[in-house]
Amino acid sequence: MSVIANTKLSFDEDQAMIMEVAREFCRNKSTMQAVRGLLDSASGFDSNAWRELADLGWLGIALPEQLGGSGLGVAHTVAIVEAMGRSMLSGPFVTSTLAAQLVLRAGSSAVGDRLLRDVIAGVPATVAQLESADWGSDSCACLIDDNGQLQGSKRFVADAEVAGWLVLVSRYRGAPALALIQAEQLPPAAIKTHTLVDETKRAATIDFSGLQLAPEAIISTEGLSAALRDYALLGALLSAAEATGSAAACLDSTVEYLKTRKQFGKLIGSYQALKHPCVDILNAIDASRSFLYHAATLLGDEPLSRDAEIACRMAKAQASETLLYASDRAVQFHGAMGFTYDCDAQLYIRRAQWSQQQFGDAAHHRKRLAALLLDE
Amino acid sequence: MSVSEQDLQDFRQEVSAWMRDNKPADPGFLLPQSFMEVGTEQQLDFLREWQHKVWQAGYLGMAWPKEYGGGGLSPIFQSIADQEMRRHGVPICFNVIGLGWAGPLINDIGSDEQKARYLKGILSAEDIWCQGFSEPDHGSDLGSAQTRAVREADEYVINGTKIWTTMGNYARYMILLARTNPQTERKYDGLSFFLAPMDVPGIDAVPIRKVTGEYGFTETFFKDARIPAESLMGGEGQGWKIAMKTLQYERGAEAGAAGGLAFERIVIDDMIEQLRDMSRDGAPLLSDPVTRDHLVRLIMEEKSIALGDKRAAIAPLTTDYPFSLQLSSKLRITEYARRMRQFAIAQQGAAGSLYVGDEQARQGGFWQRAYFNSFSATIGGGTSQVQANIIAEHILGLPK
Repeated sequence: MSVIANTKLSFDEDQAMIMEVAREFCRNKSTMQAVRGLLDSASGFDSNAWRELADLGWLGIALPEQLGGSGLGVAHTVAIVEAMGRSMLSGPFVTSTLAAQLVLRAGSSAVGDRLLRDVIAGVPATVAQLESADWGSDSCACLIDDNGQLQGSKRFVADAEVAGWLVLVSRYRGAPALALIQAEQLPPAAIKTHTLVDETKRAATIDFSGLQLAPEAIISTEGLSAALRDYALLGALLSAAEATGSAAACLDSTVEYLKTRKQFGKLIGSYQALKHPCVDILNAIDASRSFLYHAATLLGDEPLSRDAEIACRMAKAQASETLLYASDRAVQFHGAMGFTYDCDAQLYIRRAQWSQQQFGDAAHHRKRLAALLLDE
Repeated sequence: MSVSEQDLQDFRQEVSAWMRDNKPADPGFLLPQSFMEVGTEQQLDFLREWQHKVWQAGYLGMAWPKEYGGGGLSPIFQSIADQEMRRHGVPICFNVIGLGWAGPLINDIGSDEQKARYLKGILSAEDIWCQGFSEPDHGSDLGSAQTRAVREADEYVINGTKIWTTMGNYARYMILLARTNPQTERKYDGLSFFLAPMDVPGIDAVPIRKVTGEYGFTETFFKDARIPAESLMGGEGQGWKIAMKTLQYERGAEAGAAGGLAFERIVIDDMIEQLRDMSRDGAPLLSDPVTRDHLVRLIMEEKSIALGDKRAAIAPLTTDYPFSLQLSSKLRITEYARRMRQFAIAQQGAAGSLYVGDEQARQGGFWQRAYFNSFSATIGGGTSQVQANIIAEHILGLPK
């Protein structure tokens, strides 16, 4: 069988409509001025815009109708996240969507359903998973003891300070488990905010030590391992969607500059040394978008297929490198302006460093793709 | 005439069975990887016989008119036949300038007399066609062609030089772009288009040896070569328009081409297969992390090309940079092919230094030859660098 194999790619009318509305919304709510205005804020996002997108039903797009969602599936969030990346619209949408997918896929429970209903209503949720900087490590030292008490901490928890719900990835009685925690249960001073390279983002270290869990807040189902694997793949895909949107905006801003800036009596965009890398970036963005929507085509509510896994990993590997390259060249091609904080290129090059480290960098995914494609 | 799904399915089975039963055995000498590499009489005879056989079986020119040797069917049949040829890995139909350029043009705008004279010979491979567009001083810039055509009574007298003439030394006819008027305001308006016979005195097609060591092109010299005035296609001064028109047929049977494979497609699976028994540092090559990482990059590139073709057809997913996928297709595909083949050689260890002719060369030097040949696509039809300029200017709107 060919290593290229599955090349399905489709996009339905719902998706097209969601894409159009999302782009319009993000463009209006997240102008560059608005983005810069939020960089120093505590929450990092515009709570009015958040309210509105919850009212639009975006947080329920991928969640079941019986809980108040629209049941369209997580594929339909890809275009929204790409639009957010394009406009650098910040906020806990990706984080909450992923937390909800993890809980949903782990299997139904009363507390889980409460969390999902809250997310649909606009209460942010996040997943606390990493303990080290290594996405490839599955060691877990933040444990639930037999009495339901927590010991240990988690790092790099996205949107920790604004999350109403925290989904802790832990172990309980020798098996993988999730702990569903409400923010008010956290011990005082549990959250220590990180200083992030991407100032539009927020994350923190959380010390869960001493927190007492009710038995029903501990989810330890048979399907949890598969749910955790799928959570990581969906995380890679949505990070790729955001990065692809940011890369496109980054290229646009670079091209705009090359069309207006004159040196030695010529528009600098006429020089091939600047033109050709822009074409390389365009082609890389095109590849990213193709992988994104190919992956979206293969997603459903059931556990991800091998083809879907390949597609998600390819999307992330491609998008990470695309944004790294686009933003690196954006700073360089803006010349001395590009070296300043005032130039928007800084937003993209910072986003690129942050984004490549969400759910594994390009090499992380290529390593796993090699096993999937060459060894099986 | 309506064609049912069942008809098409039945036809696919029929053509598939034919290809399976008639696929020629390995002839014991290297076959050309594309129509641009026919360099020996042996190769020529082999390919001529194959194309003739495909045509006689009814799987070439299926959508061309019956009275001129075609099948008079819907082009969908030819597309299916082409897919099955690709799938069975049969040899190319080498008379590509006739099948994909000159033939469709004659079919489209030629007179009945021209159709009767030329079309059948194109399909049967009796008449090989070549193309005289490029000139030594004007590679990518066809509009500046300087070869002169001067009307004298019922003839045109041709003087000048064409280059990169594929099969120029074997061809019976050439589609020729020549200048009938050197004084027009726009250089394009002075060009005319001819269906020129190659067997008249004053034409000398000198084979050019390529980087691969093989032949396939000629430099073609015209010295007072006299061709009949009726060779002119359209009117004087319409040459540029007609030349541009010929380029549209290449896209396949639906666009008017007769069909058949123009080149052997080399995909990444072919390369991975040859890597399986290789070793590095005493361990299987495919267990080497650096090799694996590089391979995955190449697989992703090939896959993104296939996905791009799909996405190009989905309007809402192409609103950002309309037509970028179509316009960049040649650049992406040809550059990828070049790098993939280069990588294949790099994996061969010391055997990578062997070439066609050495009995220990891997696959007879297939990858070395394929790599060198890949430049015909990154240079021919507009170099990658010119392609990048076109994309930058037309898609991104960057200044000239």
